[in-house]
Amino acid sequence: MYKILKKEVLSPTLKLFEIDAPKVAKKCQAGQFIILRIDEKGERIPLTIADFNREKGTITLIFAEVGKTTKQLGQMEAGDALLDFVGPLGRPSEIEKYGRVVCIGAGVGIAPVFPITRALKEAGNEVIGIAGARNKELLFWTDEFKAQCDEFHICTDDGSAGEKGFVSDVLKKIIEEKGKVDYVISIGPIPAMKVCAELTKPYGIKTFVSLNSIMVDGTGMCGACRVTVGDETKFACVDGPEFDGHLVDFNEQMRRAQIFKDEEQRALAAGSCGGGGCGCH
Amino acid sequence: MSLNNSPKKNEMPCQDPKVRAKNFDEVALGYTEEQAIDEANRCLGCKKEPCREGCPVQVPIPQFIAKIKESDFAGAIATIKDKNALPAVCGRVCPQEAQCEKYCVRGKKGEPVGIGRLERFVADWERAQGVKPVECAPPTGKKVAVVGSGPAGLTVAADCAQAGHEVTIFEALHVPGGVLMYGIPEFRLPKAIVQAEIENLKKIGVKVEVDSVIGAIDTVDELLENEGFDAVFIGTGAGLPYFLGIPGENLNGVYSANEFLTRTNLMKAYLFPEYDTPIKVGKKVAVLGGGNVAMDCARTALRLGAEEVHIVYRRSMEELPARIEEVHHAEEEGVIFDILTNPTEIIGNDDNWVTGMTCLKYELGEPDESGRRKPVAIEGSDFHMPIDTVVVAIGQGPNPLVPRTTKGLETNRKGNIVASEETGATSKPRVYAGGDVVTGAATVIKAMGAGRVAATNICELLKK
Ligand SMILES: Cc1cc2nc3c(=O)[nH]c(=O)nc-3n(C[C@H](O)[C@H](O)[C@H](O)COP(=O)(O)OP(=O)(O)OC[C@H]3O[C@@H](n4cnc5c(N)ncnc54)[C@H](O)[C@@H]3O)c2cc1C
Ligand SMILES: Cc1cc2nc3c(=O)[nH]c(=O)nc-3n(C[C@H](O)[C@H](O)[C@H](O)COP(=O)(O)OP(=O)(O)OC[C@H]3O[C@@H](n4cnc5c(N)ncnc54)[C@H](O)[C@@H]3O)c2cc1C
Ligand code: SF4
Ligand code: FES
Repeated sequence: MYKILKKEVLSPTLKLFEIDAPKVAKKCQAGQFIILRIDEKGERIPLTIADFNREKGTITLIFAEVGKTTKQLGQMEAGDALLDFVGPLGRPSEIEKYGRVVCIGAGVGIAPVFPITRALKEAGNEVIGIAGARNKELLFWTDEFKAQCDEFHICTDDGSAGEKGFVSDVLKKIIEEKGKVDYVISIGPIPAMKVCAELTKPYGIKTFVSLNSIMVDGTGMCGACRVTVGDETKFACVDGPEFDGHLVDFNEQMRRAQIFKDEEQRALAAGSCGGGGCGCH
Repeated sequence: MSLNNSPKKNEMPCQDPKVRAKNFDEVALGYTEEQAIDEANRCLGCKKEPCREGCPVQVPIPQFIAKIKESDFAGAIATIKDKNALPAVCGRVCPQEAQCEKYCVRGKKGEPVGIGRLERFVADWERAQGVKPVECAPPTGKKVAVVGSGPAGLTVAADCAQAGHEVTIFEALHVPGGVLMYGIPEFRLPKAIVQAEIENLKKIGVKVEVDSVIGAIDTVDELLENEGFDAVFIGTGAGLPYFLGIPGENLNGVYSANEFLTRTNLMKAYLFPEYDTPIKVGKKVAVLGGGNVAMDCARTALRLGAEEVHIVYRRSMEELPARIEEVHHAEEEGVIFDILTNPTEIIGNDDNWVTGMTCLKYELGEPDESGRRKPVAIEGSDFHMPIDTVVVAIGQGPNPLVPRTTKGLETNRKGNIVASEETGATSKPRVYAGGDVVTGAATVIKAMGAGRVAATNICELLKK
């Protein structure tokens, strides 16, 4: 069992857990993820390692409550324990000294981009950070994120914090102002990553994105996480989750995310909370 | 006891095909004591033991059958277990028609003795009695790491623990058992049987670390250098699914056999939404391939509610590599066999969902390297097959994770680990390997045989 040592409510549907998992904490690197299972009947769900502490032996996760499992997870408290916790999975981010890099976290994507930003900074890059969300309530970790950056921007769709607009709008401005950007990493909802990748393509800026494909085992055994990159099929869990944003078939990814839409609705409706009273709906 | 001259095996009691095609309970129900003794009495007790020669681990078949004749079931199971640690599994899933039963003298005129059924009977009899843990040698203070908990790894763990070594199994998934748990369905191999075997291992001191992906959490080198293991056995199987490489394979509704079976068996999607993992099966399902994996997928699809399930296979019925019994069961349950047929493209709609396949018809030509007649496409025979779910069951290869993260571990062109057939030794000192990761996708009993060979040699090494 893997104990939840700390819980933070970042927003009503956004939670942070610190998990006691010393072996994973010893090994993990920026860009990797874990797979967890709450209980015997639970689904295996992947979550990115948002932070880790090798001395304390802890892994920090940040998750949005979007369906049955993440809602159930959101109901758990410090002291509770997860049945299964597997990792570190996936390839680590390619950390190099690129020069001037832009790190974009949109929505929950702020969590996974954080350790990558830190690693890029430590590697000697000039780091520009962009944190974006639909509104002010959904922003988190902006101070921590900012502390890793030489320059930092916040934007919200409704203008309730920072600039009004999308992360891609900010990215566009930066590219136009600075003239030269050497590397972009963009993590967030597929449309946000897609627009960012389309934006950098004409400039020839190397742009990586992190995909949240549907997964089962996370070790290359099932192929559920297939993604078309260029003209090749890749498995996001072992070949990714980061891929060259100029080669990813985002439309296919968007449609593959819908595979179990009906079942996800049914699972929510049948969830243990019954959809009433407990406040998870 | 007098010889039973019947040319036919005692029939295996089974669930009615119409009923069982809708449930996940075991299909074959097993012999009663009377049936088992009656079947045993068909055995001639041949001095030359041709059946034993056909068995990959040389179970003393005539001897165990002789004990059944005398109703000495405890003696029978002890005789088997001397050679085969998992008879309840093998009795159910071994391709007996290609092994022991193929060589049975009774098979020359009529059906061979039902060796597999008898093996299963005594193993089930023993489990019902409650299995006594085996005696282990006194602790040696040596530590053995087993990577992967399929039949190869379980065999190594059992043998090394019995020799007094401290054994830890590392398993990537959350449940040990390998293909026996995630691949072969409940209706063919009840999961309680596999878990009972693993409990027996724990009783003799074997530690089982699930959720441990070797290569990610610890490498093989780290197990040897930092974790104090004296030897490592790699039995990681052939878990990497192959696809055909034809257009449309990433459409929604196309599964690898591994995904389809893992969702259903390991994650229990057939009990969704009581269990959280979903699976989606359409009305018309095509399973591509003709082996055990394909049969399991087809029969699983029926049980998940598909109205029509097709096996789409390039060669003819004679070449189907699946166990004969499973092909019969699939036919009885209503699976349709589209043989000499192969898809060239999977077709989808605007929302990315599968709607059909373009297929070609084949005819059999000259024999190929495998000795089987080579299927040759018939020009202009392409036709459209409306379908809404496709399961690709054309084979699996070795997962590259362990070889990629282990210094000095030799692999072959296909990515299989190179290990000696005689000893299980790899190119790396103190590292052994066996099972599907070495041979490519094969059988349970071959994996167990390789495990036994490796365990014997690990024990030799640790004596030094
Ligand atoms: C490598 C990786 C890292 C991720 N990191 C994070 C993270 O740090 N924080 C976070 O909030 N979310 C993350 N996700 C997404 C998270 O796994 C899903 O939100 C979660 O599985 C949804 O489960 P559910 O039962 O609550 O919702 P469901 O109702 O099952 O699904 C809601 C949505 O999540 C997607 N989804 C469903 N099952 C899976 C699955 N097994 N794997 C991936 N996506 C699925 C579906 O496409 C659907 O759109 C990550 C996904 C991947 C693949
Ligand atoms: C659907 C299906 C049906 C089959 N039917 C039959 C049948 O009827 N009869 C028959 O004889 N054979 C059958 N087979 C084949 C048989 O199951 C295999 O040959 C056999 O299981 C191989 O055993 P193994 O121990 O080599 O590997 P596996 O059983 O594949 O076990 C390997 C284990 O290693 C784990 N692993 C992999 N990588 C790592 C890692 N890096 N770290 C830790 N653990 C890891 C895996 O999760 C898995 O649990 C079938 C196979 C399938 C898929
Ligand atoms: S070959 Fe057949 S008849 Fe002869 S000993 Fe073996 S099982 Fe009995
Ligand atoms: S999640 Fe199964 S192969 Fe990637």
